[in-house]
Amino acid sequence: MSTAVVDYTREEPVVAGRPTASEIDAVVSAPLDRPPARTWWIAFGITSTMLGIGVVCVAVTLWLGLGVWGVNQPVSWGFDIVNFVFWVGIGHAGTLISAILFLLRQRWRNGIARFAEAMTIFAVMCAGIFPLLHTGRPWLSLYLTPYPNQHALWVNFTSPLLWDVFAVSTYFTVSAVFWYLGLVPDFATLRDRTTHPVKKLVYSIFSLGWRHSSRHWTHFERAYLILAGFATPLVLSVHTIVSFDFAVSVIPGWHTTIFPPYFVAGAVFSGFAMVQNSLIVVRQVFRLKHLITLSTLEKMNKVMIVTGSMVGYAYAMEFFVAWYSGSQFETFVFVNRALGPYAWAYWTMVTCNVVFPQLFWFKKVRTSIPMMFVIAIFVNVGMWFERFVIVVTSLSRDFLPSSWGHYMPSIYDVGIFVGSLGLFFTLILLFVRVLPVISLAEIKAVIPGAQPERHRPH
Amino acid sequence: MEKHLYGLTALFDTPDAVVHAAEETVKAGYTRYDVHAPYPLHGIERTMRLKTSPLGYFALVFGLLGAISAVGLMTWITLVDYPLVIGGKPFWSWPAFVPVAFELTVLLASVLTVVSMIVIYFKFPNNSHPLHDTPFMKRVSSDGFGISIEAADPLFDEAKVHAMLASLGGKEVGAVYFDEADRDHGQKVFDLKFIGVLAGVGIAVAGFAYLALNVLLYLPPFDWMMVQNKLKPQAASTLFRDGIGMRQPVLGTVARGFLPYAFKGKPEEAGKSLANPLPVTQKVLDLGREKYLTFCSPCHGNFGRGDSRLNGQFPNPPTLHSDKVREWSDGSIYHVITEGQNVMPSYAAQVSRDERWAIVHYIRVLQRAQHAKESDLR
Repeated sequence: MSTAVVDYTREEPVVAGRPTASEIDAVVSAPLDRPPARTWWIAFGITSTMLGIGVVCVAVTLWLGLGVWGVNQPVSWGFDIVNFVFWVGIGHAGTLISAILFLLRQRWRNGIARFAEAMTIFAVMCAGIFPLLHTGRPWLSLYLTPYPNQHALWVNFTSPLLWDVFAVSTYFTVSAVFWYLGLVPDFATLRDRTTHPVKKLVYSIFSLGWRHSSRHWTHFERAYLILAGFATPLVLSVHTIVSFDFAVSVIPGWHTTIFPPYFVAGAVFSGFAMVQNSLIVVRQVFRLKHLITLSTLEKMNKVMIVTGSMVGYAYAMEFFVAWYSGSQFETFVFVNRALGPYAWAYWTMVTCNVVFPQLFWFKKVRTSIPMMFVIAIFVNVGMWFERFVIVVTSLSRDFLPSSWGHYMPSIYDVGIFVGSLGLFFTLILLFVRVLPVISLAEIKAVIPGAQPERHRPH
Repeated sequence: MEKHLYGLTALFDTPDAVVHAAEETVKAGYTRYDVHAPYPLHGIERTMRLKTSPLGYFALVFGLLGAISAVGLMTWITLVDYPLVIGGKPFWSWPAFVPVAFELTVLLASVLTVVSMIVIYFKFPNNSHPLHDTPFMKRVSSDGFGISIEAADPLFDEAKVHAMLASLGGKEVGAVYFDEADRDHGQKVFDLKFIGVLAGVGIAVAGFAYLALNVLLYLPPFDWMMVQNKLKPQAASTLFRDGIGMRQPVLGTVARGFLPYAFKGKPEEAGKSLANPLPVTQKVLDLGREKYLTFCSPCHGNFGRGDSRLNGQFPNPPTLHSDKVREWSDGSIYHVITEGQNVMPSYAAQVSRDERWAIVHYIRVLQRAQHAKESDLR
């Protein structure tokens, strides 16, 4: 080891080299102006095929009813709820990056916030499919909202499922507003760059007439700060409320107070893995390595090791409390998770979520693109299995042995999950073609020399 | 054509230069000026002596509005409009209201604050500002920093401003003029194009709503449970060999609560063998009265006098106060209710066993009321 002194009082630059603002404009908006490459079409073909599979499976489900799924008594929450929690969790990284890291003045977030927020919105869209389909008649989903009606009936405000409706819809709306607000100045920049009349019209409409005026910027920054301030407790509340779906019930393995923090940590964990996976591809394909630097990816890996360890701690603590509570049912559920018919899922989860991320303690692993890419994929797989383990093991074997059952998904369950992956990546592929994947205004604000002398960070 | 001056603009290469220029502009006393930059410059609000953005108060008001309306709605619903006991909890279970109240607080505070900023402070959307589509805007959109000073400023003098901006190191100092379209501030609400678009949108929305609500929602698979794969009684079915949908009960099956009646067609034996199993209590008499008034009184009359309410549509039965009926045993009356007599049908299907016995008790009450002994009157 060299003994070179590292000056931790100086923040390392967010972007590599000294790109000028116009160079940034050129490189970020390049994918918007040229026709898609052949690789894009191949990727789009794959993801839209997956989406098509999902559409067919949804159509079959609507036509024939929920009986085509694998859910039945006693496991009445199967793939649909697993996937719902999985996708909502993926979304959490976006808000964490855009709002919480903004409040913490982490300037490295500027390069990845736009992309992460887009992922949030797409992931929540994917998540929304599942509970709606699970209601059986999604075309009656208006009934989920409290509105005056001829039946004189209201929704049940004491139900966590209703809280979910409010939490997820608020989350989607606020994330979309946050995202759009950040896009307004970029739309103005694109408006002034483009020569294509149709694009110019579209960008003008969405830019609302933004003039890069400092009088506007001060309000804009204040609004951005307020939104970040609200989005921070919002993102924590969303997965907390999702965990209430389980924790407020009386099923062994679900009825625990550790669920809210455990779910939030897991959500951030899986979300960062997904953002990291996607960003590695994007920065490679669109030549953005100097704007989304290796150092940024390394910081994301550090977040993953923190949240991954929190998740690992929660797994251990669940076992401890199950034993310490002295409750026979609680103890059984956890022994059954580790040794029962779903042990393979449990150990997949532990290996992917707790063991592999520990490799990030080594700087070599943390800064190696292929290694981190593979580990993040493991994390995504592991976090999906975590939700599977929670939902299925507790329901399949609860209090009454005579009512035990075994859950296996049907081909339609798998198809709809594949379809949601297809929807997610199709939207990502469209996003990188039509919108700047990096916030131009935010990244320009952190290139070296961007700020007046007296306000330059030290 | 006369041109109307909007103002003068100048470009600067570095953030330091534009901040310096802004300082000098403020010192010179201009108020209607602006600094343009592709990203927010740190500290520019102090240089320009701008007031702190009041959006925080907007967020406070909208957030409180969200919280109050959420809690108010849930309170009104659970206490006033439709009180419902859920899980044995009090009607006003406030801990359960926290999540929804929180979400609505965040929703209203975020969305309405942003909308207010855009509409009130930015006066957006506005795509017809004179600065749009100028070379100046193209630069500050990307990598330039600029200052614009409006002709509407009270101190504005084109030559003086031009000289000042140039002396501060401003490049491409130039004038910006209003477009004719930008100057047309007349009422545009009655513009034919606008009304046309509005009408088009209205027709499209109405058409789609009609299609969705009246057509799409009634196409398969939306059958609204009106089509159900089940067999109704009497319906034919190809599933069974005999082609009948209804099935006989399994041989030897007894319906719940079924007891065979042992005195079918044997009124004398019934009168001798059956005894009223019910005690004479207020509860039993009340039940008997209720059932008598419902099932017996239309023909027998409210007091058993045989005074039918049916006005000759059905033959009047004889009075229940005749010596014959008064001397009948309870079992005989029970038998008549169970089996029917002459034109009276059986009431076994409508009135349960216990109810029949209660009616018998009540008939005895009616009889005794009409034929009271002296001891009863005392």
